[in-house]
Order: sequence, then structure tokens, then C-alpha cells
Amino acid sequence: MGAVATTDAAPVTPRPRSESLPAGRRRPALARATPYLLIAPACLVLAGVLGYPLLNMVAVSLQRYGLGQLIAHRGNFIGLGNYTSLARDPQFWGVVLRSLAFTAVVVSVTVALATLIALLLERMSRPMRMLLTGGLVLVWATPVIVAVDLWQWMFDYEFGVVNWLLTFLRLGNFIHHNWYARPIEGFTVIAIVVIWGALPFAAITLFAGLSQVPSELVESAEVDGASGFQVFRNITVPILRPIFLIVTSLSIIWDFEVFIQPYVLLNARPSGPFMTMAVFMYVESFRVSQYGLGSAIAVVTVALLLAASFYYVRQMVELAEAPA
Amino acid sequence: MIAGAQPLPPAATRRRRTISRRRRGRLLADLAGAALFAVLVFPVYWMVATAFKPGRDILSLTPRWLPIPATLANFQDALSRPFFWEDARNSLIVVLGAVGISLAVAFLAAVGVARFGFRGRTAFVVMIIAVQMVPLVALIIPLFLLLNSAGLTDTLPGVILAYLAFVLPFMIWVLRGFVVNIPVELEEAAQIDGCSRTGAFIRILFPLAAPGLVAASLYAFIQAWNEYILAYVLLSPPQLQTLTVWLAGFTTNHGTDWGPLMAGATLTAIPVVVFFLLLQRHFAGGLMAGAVKG
Repeated sequence: MGAVATTDAAPVTPRPRSESLPAGRRRPALARATPYLLIAPACLVLAGVLGYPLLNMVAVSLQRYGLGQLIAHRGNFIGLGNYTSLARDPQFWGVVLRSLAFTAVVVSVTVALATLIALLLERMSRPMRMLLTGGLVLVWATPVIVAVDLWQWMFDYEFGVVNWLLTFLRLGNFIHHNWYARPIEGFTVIAIVVIWGALPFAAITLFAGLSQVPSELVESAEVDGASGFQVFRNITVPILRPIFLIVTSLSIIWDFEVFIQPYVLLNARPSGPFMTMAVFMYVESFRVSQYGLGSAIAVVTVALLLAASFYYVRQMVELAEAPA
Repeated sequence: MIAGAQPLPPAATRRRRTISRRRRGRLLADLAGAALFAVLVFPVYWMVATAFKPGRDILSLTPRWLPIPATLANFQDALSRPFFWEDARNSLIVVLGAVGISLAVAFLAAVGVARFGFRGRTAFVVMIIAVQMVPLVALIIPLFLLLNSAGLTDTLPGVILAYLAFVLPFMIWVLRGFVVNIPVELEEAAQIDGCSRTGAFIRILFPLAAPGLVAASLYAFIQAWNEYILAYVLLSPPQLQTLTVWLAGFTTNHGTDWGPLMAGATLTAIPVVVFFLLLQRHFAGGLMAGAVKG
């Protein structure tokens, strides 16, 4: 499309696409400044609301910053004090391990289920595909806070439909079963809420990726006797690799910083065994007013997520540079 | 069936077997899809159904699957709860403020990145992408401290500023994609026909980027409308909170009123669901194809 237009324009302007069109009507200095002027407001805003706060977060993590310091607007420098006290806190290590395990389980289940859904979407009839896509979009559109509320209702110990269903299916006596009494069950509920909310994005993205897999390739492999699994493993997965990477790294980031689901499901009173990184950070800073310690937890969170975001950022940058 | 196919040459047999396998696979996929649809959508249905049920049907030990008889009492209850209207208004102000500012700033930046080659361009793009990876949760403390020292906690402008932090990079990214896909030849043609560069921007680029602007602002609207943690931390007086915080605080000490809560949740979800459906249309491509050829 672009190529056609360029050849059309070629007789008029033999030069390749250039910055300021027909002969310097404007001063070159201004023309050179234009792109910088265009991105200046964005840079200014981002420096103010992102750059400075991030640097300040690192700075505060090296300070004792409690209620007194909050009022005085300045903390007391204590070096790595917050980090060493975190390292000595067994609860912190429990939180880190719990968050890592939670992320690992939730991300694998999300990506696996989303892949299955994407493959199903490809194989089903058109009306069914439209119906299921519509359902996925509806779930996707549901605000997280609404999702948490409605799952809380589904898992209510007294009148929740889940307890009734499990009892009805003779899977045990779930009448008046409290799902938050045991952390493993509580985290199951949290995981269900997170996965339910994350599936649509992952499934629809993967399905969009599947349409890039050339159908001749799949058909010829099938005619040559490849099984469905072989086709998936040797054709689909390699082609979808970048999309898998993007979906996985985004899911890691979202699940590791999970806050609303555990916090609101437990009615804003999460107990020790329900602390995830974000909840722990929130409690340490805004409940106990130890903003220095909270910042240290935030720094650790960002550091742990850097590896996951690396793949994503690299993929996206390649994408951005490709057409230019 | 296989017996009937035997006289055919092997390749055709294989193809026919592949086709019949396909057909059976499609039926299975349809069945699985229907089951999946039911499981995925049921929670949303259950929320809406509960919102329309009278109290005694909600608190029944065997679930009543249909909201019959239906009632609007839960909605009336939710709407007459303290601070619903104030908080809905706050949500609207915050969202419109954040979307308005970020739209203007992001469009300029997107044009800069998509239309100009300049030193530092790649660095800027990398920054825009990398910044989206910063977990929002990590930003609550520094943003709180920043707004606290500026005296902007418990004010809506403070929250608007905070929302720019996570709305802006994404909008620049989305708008860049839209602007890149508008052929630069259209502007060049306008300039050859005597338009100034600014004139070409306003008359050609801006209208063609309109779907992108709509899509980006709807995205930002949804993000900001759904946001909870920053609003929760930055706004403490109940009359100053947003709708998500209002909804999360619905549980009282003496148990939950499920009917009104589900009605409130439904009301909170409606604008987002509507915008989401509107957004889908803007991904119908091919908008540009006619523009160049015609």
C-alpha cells in the first residue's frame, strides 16, 4: 500500500521521504526542534509522575521514614537498614516465596488454559466462535473490583452457589464451608478470580496469533500424517513463540503484583498467611507507617520483575522498530 | 465408511479421513466451547441475576436460577447508599481529567515518534515501553509521598496526576501505532498542494487519527475507571472517593448485603462494558486502504 503511493509520488519528488518538504520554507533549526517540542510535554509529565517518584522510592528505601518523617517531609538516612531488616524477617521470605509460587501456578494455568481456548476457537464453527469470543470479551470488560465482589458472593460460606454446587455434585459436604479458613483454599479462590480475569486477554491474543500460522503448512503436515499434537508442537508453538513470551511475561508481572484480589476478598483485613508482595508492602507502609520499609519491598518487587519484563520490552521494541 | 473408501487411491482416502476427522473435531470443539462459555459467563450472569432478585430469593439455601420475580429494590438501595452519587461524580471527574490531559500530551508525542526521525527516538520508545512494566503497586508509596508533600492528597487533581503515570505511556504507544499506519504520502500530497506542515497535520493527520484517538481514550477511560489502589490510598474522606473504592467498602461489619452489592457492582461495570463493546469496532482495519488508492 505504502509502496504504491511512493511510486506515484516519485515523479514529483525524486528524493526519498524527507523531513521538511519542498525547499526550506522554514528555518531548519525550528524543523529540527519540532520532534523534541512534540515529545517535551510527555517527557515532562513522565518525569514528574514516574521518573521522580521511582528515584524517590529508591531514596526512601534507604531512609527511616515513619509518621514523624511524613509530617516533616524528610526521612533519616539509614543506608541499607531497611533491606537488612527485611532479609532478617522470616515473614518477608515467606511472602516472597508465596508470591513466587502463586505467580508460577497462576501463570502456568492461565497460559495453558488460554492456549487450549485459542486452539478450540480455531476449530469450532463460526457462530460458536462468535458466542465464545463474546463471552470472553464480557469477562475481560468486567472491572477487577466487580469481579472480586461477584466471586466473593459465589464463594459465600452461607448462600454461595459454589458451596451448593459442590455439595449437590456429592463432592463432599460444603454446607457452610468457609473458604478463607485455610490459606491453601483461600489462595485457590484468589487464583480462580485472577485466572478468570486474565484468561480473555491471553486467549484472544493467542487466538489472534494462531491466525498467523499459515494453514497450508498445517494441512501439508496433516496430509503427511502428523498428529494434532505434533502439528501443535512443531509448527504452532515455534511460530507463536513471541506471542507466548509477551503473554507470559505480562501475566508474570500482573500476578506477582496482585493486590486487589487478596485484599478485597478478605475484606481489607488480610492475615499473615494471605500476604502477597503487594499486600505486605501496603500493610507495612500504610498500616504501620513504615514508608522506608515499604519502599524497600517495592524496590525488591521491581527488581524481581525486571527479568520478566526484559523479554516483553525487547519484543515490543523490535515491533516498534520494524516498520520504520 | 472406511470400507466404502477403500477403492480410492490412498492420498484421497487420507484426505477424506482428515476431513471427517475435522468435522468430528468441530462438533467436539463446539460442545467444549458451549461448556466453556457457560462456566466463563455464569459468574457475570449470577451477579446480574442476584441484583434483580428480592432478598428472600438471594438468601435461599438452594439457589434460584432465574430472577423471577424481579425487583429493582436492590438498585434503589445501592443508589441511596451514602456517597454513591458523590463518588460516581468523582470517578467521572478523575477519569475525564486523566483522559483529557493524557490524550493531548500523548497525541503530540505519538506524532513526534511516528513522523520524525530524531536523535533519542529509540531511547524514547524504549522508555515508553519499559515504563509500562513498572508495577503500579510499587508506585503507590512514592506517589503518595510526592502528592503528600505537594498537599495534593485527598484532592481529585492529585489522583488525576497519579493516573497520568500509568495511562500516558500506554496511550502514546497505542496512538503511535495508529499514526504510523496513516500513510505519510497523504500529508506530503497535501503539502505539495500548498498546505503548510501544520495545516497538513490538522486537515489530514488529525481526522484520520480520530479512530485511534477514540480507541486510546476509551482504553484510558476503562483503565482509570477501574483503578482501585491509588484512589484507595490517595483519597480517604468517603465523599471524595471513587466508585471502585465505594464498591469495595460495601461490606459492613454485620455481614454483606449481597443484593445491593451486586446491584452496585452491575452499575459500576456497565460503563466499562459499553465502552469495551464500542472499542471493538475500531479494530476493523482497512480504513487506510481506500484513502491512498482513492
